[in-house]
Amino acid sequence: MSAVPDMAGGAKESVGKAGALPPSQLVELQLRGVSRAYGSYTALHPLDLTIRGGEFVALLGPSGCGKTTALNCLAGLLPLTAGEIVLDGRRVDTVPPEKRGFGMVFQNYALFPHLTVRGNVAFGLKMRGVAKPEIARRVDEVLRLVRLGEQANRHPGQLSGGQQQRVAIARAIVMEPPLVLMDEPLSNLDAALRLEMRSEIRRIHQEFGLTTVYVTHDQEEALSLADRLVVLEAGRVSQIGTPSELYEHPADPHVAAFMGYRNLLALDVVSARGTAAVARRGGLRVAGTVVGGARAAEGQEVTVAIRPEDVRVVGPGDQPVAEVVADVVEYHGRVLHVEAVTREGDRIHLRAHGQVRPGDALAVAVDADRALLFPKESAGSGGSGRAEAAS
Amino acid sequence: MSGLPLSTTPAAPPGTPARAALRHRLAERGVDRTLLLVLPAALSVVALFCYPFLYGLQLSFQPAKGGVFGAYRQFFADPFSRKSVWATFSLAIPAALINVGVSVPISYRMRREFRGKRLLLALLVVPITLGTVLTAEGVLEFYGPAGWFNRTLHLLGLADSPVQLTMNYTGVLLSLIISGFPFAYLLTHSYLSGIHPSLEKAAATLGAGWWQRFRHVTFPLLLPGLMTTFCLSFVMAFAVFPSAMMVGDPNGSTHVISIEAYQAALERFDYAQGSADAMIMTALMLVVLAAVTGLRSRLYRGSTGGKG
Ligand SMILES: Nc1ncnc2c1ncn2[C@@H]1O[C@H](COP(=O)(O)OP(=O)(O)OP(=O)(O)O)[C@@H](O)[C@H]1O
Ligand SMILES: [Mg+2]
Repeated sequence: MSAVPDMAGGAKESVGKAGALPPSQLVELQLRGVSRAYGSYTALHPLDLTIRGGEFVALLGPSGCGKTTALNCLAGLLPLTAGEIVLDGRRVDTVPPEKRGFGMVFQNYALFPHLTVRGNVAFGLKMRGVAKPEIARRVDEVLRLVRLGEQANRHPGQLSGGQQQRVAIARAIVMEPPLVLMDEPLSNLDAALRLEMRSEIRRIHQEFGLTTVYVTHDQEEALSLADRLVVLEAGRVSQIGTPSELYEHPADPHVAAFMGYRNLLALDVVSARGTAAVARRGGLRVAGTVVGGARAAEGQEVTVAIRPEDVRVVGPGDQPVAEVVADVVEYHGRVLHVEAVTREGDRIHLRAHGQVRPGDALAVAVDADRALLFPKESAGSGGSGRAEAAS
Repeated sequence: MSGLPLSTTPAAPPGTPARAALRHRLAERGVDRTLLLVLPAALSVVALFCYPFLYGLQLSFQPAKGGVFGAYRQFFADPFSRKSVWATFSLAIPAALINVGVSVPISYRMRREFRGKRLLLALLVVPITLGTVLTAEGVLEFYGPAGWFNRTLHLLGLADSPVQLTMNYTGVLLSLIISGFPFAYLLTHSYLSGIHPSLEKAAATLGAGWWQRFRHVTFPLLLPGLMTTFCLSFVMAFAVFPSAMMVGDPNGSTHVISIEAYQAALERFDYAQGSADAMIMTALMLVVLAAVTGLRSRLYRGSTGGKG
């Protein structure tokens, strides 16, 4: 590449015409086989992802699954081991971070301790050589947006964690970057402020016409914020989809666990017809739906995933799934969270509306379309191949 | 609370009710029992520094002739001794500036891992073990008229006659740099590693190139540390004595104050004059230190971590 494309310059120009912000400054960002290894340890396996302009994408996964690594690769702070990143037809993975012009909110904020809040937010504009009055105007506007107008002249050390976080966000978005990368920006906040900042971030995303990649390990945050979710597990993509797709149709037990399917039970298929199958083991007998178009064969081991809210105490005409004894009962306002044990020692989480006390014997039921059956072979061709051979 | 003997605390409170309150007030100011650990060091400073210093001070006011300030007047009246002030400053300030200035880029580069880093580090720091006399010897041998340096120049045909690098200002400056650099480097290195690397990364994502990152992020955070390093390097260079004698021109361009004091006290046996010279030297050093510290206190001095 002879001339490094200076996207920063492009961003500056579009910003000059204030007021007439385009819906989004980028059309499409493609990640093709992006991977990263630290020595012999592969922290990120080849990742393919296409982000459309204006989209809010969340990278979701447990601690250590490679979220920060993926984000640093996007920002240019870590060189790729393999793959390429293409922004609107231009390859950017060889462009240094200062020329990519992506905004980044760091997991540890990384505020400049020697500069005031105002100085921190103005830093990027100053580096771009934006005129002083223009800097003052934009910094004021963004500080008002994140409600830090009163703290403008303080140093980061004099701010609370939540205020620092907002400075970090303000510093990234004041540049009006085509792409904003956020690394668990709400992880250090208390519950109330987290909710408030969550809607704030979504509002800023829409108001500024940003394209956002948001890293979190909190599924609730990801579901409520994102247009699309990328679930990572040990550096690999488990599933990519909209919140409702993931919520309703998790691709594997790991995603299901993330989406609130707290009951993950290992059972054996006793009968299967189409995608409907019945599985049992010990005192458990669940009629459910096989996931992912695969078929279950009789005798095959499956993982059954059920949400606690889909398990209910049997009513008249219900086919009970199991006989259980309530063990732990937590009061959560209108409902009770009950952890119950079968005679074999399997734990079942459920919600109860009536009176349940620890030690009560219960019979519980689940609708067949609410119990997801995942064939044990890890969602590979081996599993479906075997299922086809058996049918 | 009452387990440890507290009788040595200078501010032993008299009444029981006032006791807790006083302790709280002291703790508020950072005064507590662990401060006692400073006591041995404080005592030895008094015995080994304060007493000799005060003794020298009173001695300097008792010259053979000229009244109380006679020795001081004598120092500034004699052009030869007066010039030693200039000789000292013209060595100490450049030496300290060069040591600090060279440490910055080297420690900046040494932050990253690379092959052979430990070996290079050892090479940089080894002169610390040599001591000034040995360094001066080395400078004499290496840069002397018949030393390797001049022989190499001669072999390469770069110089017809030997370049005069010893027995003059250059020789002393060289030896000050060689013996002072490791200290400056080690200090700068540790100050630099206290600056969280994510700060420069953040600056990069905000569009700052490497020079801007250094200029606007790393350097301002490093500056207080550099000033401290400068003070230490300056003090070390200011007291220059062995190298000024051995590789310098002790009766000319490198006639520094310490030599002036030495000659007064141990060659002319005028102890009052020697003490006065030493006091003048101390006063000048303190002026510079006070100026730098004053400047430093006006800078940002908070944490240099990532979280601010
Ligand atoms: N510099 C490094 N050298 C070696 N291994 C590393 C390095 N940085 C990260 N790793 C490893 O790569 C994996 C992914 O790290 P990463 O920081 O991307 O996790 P994460 O998903 O952001 O986790 P968290 O939610 O805790 O921030 C981890 O197992 C980590 O130990
Ligand atoms: Mg992380």
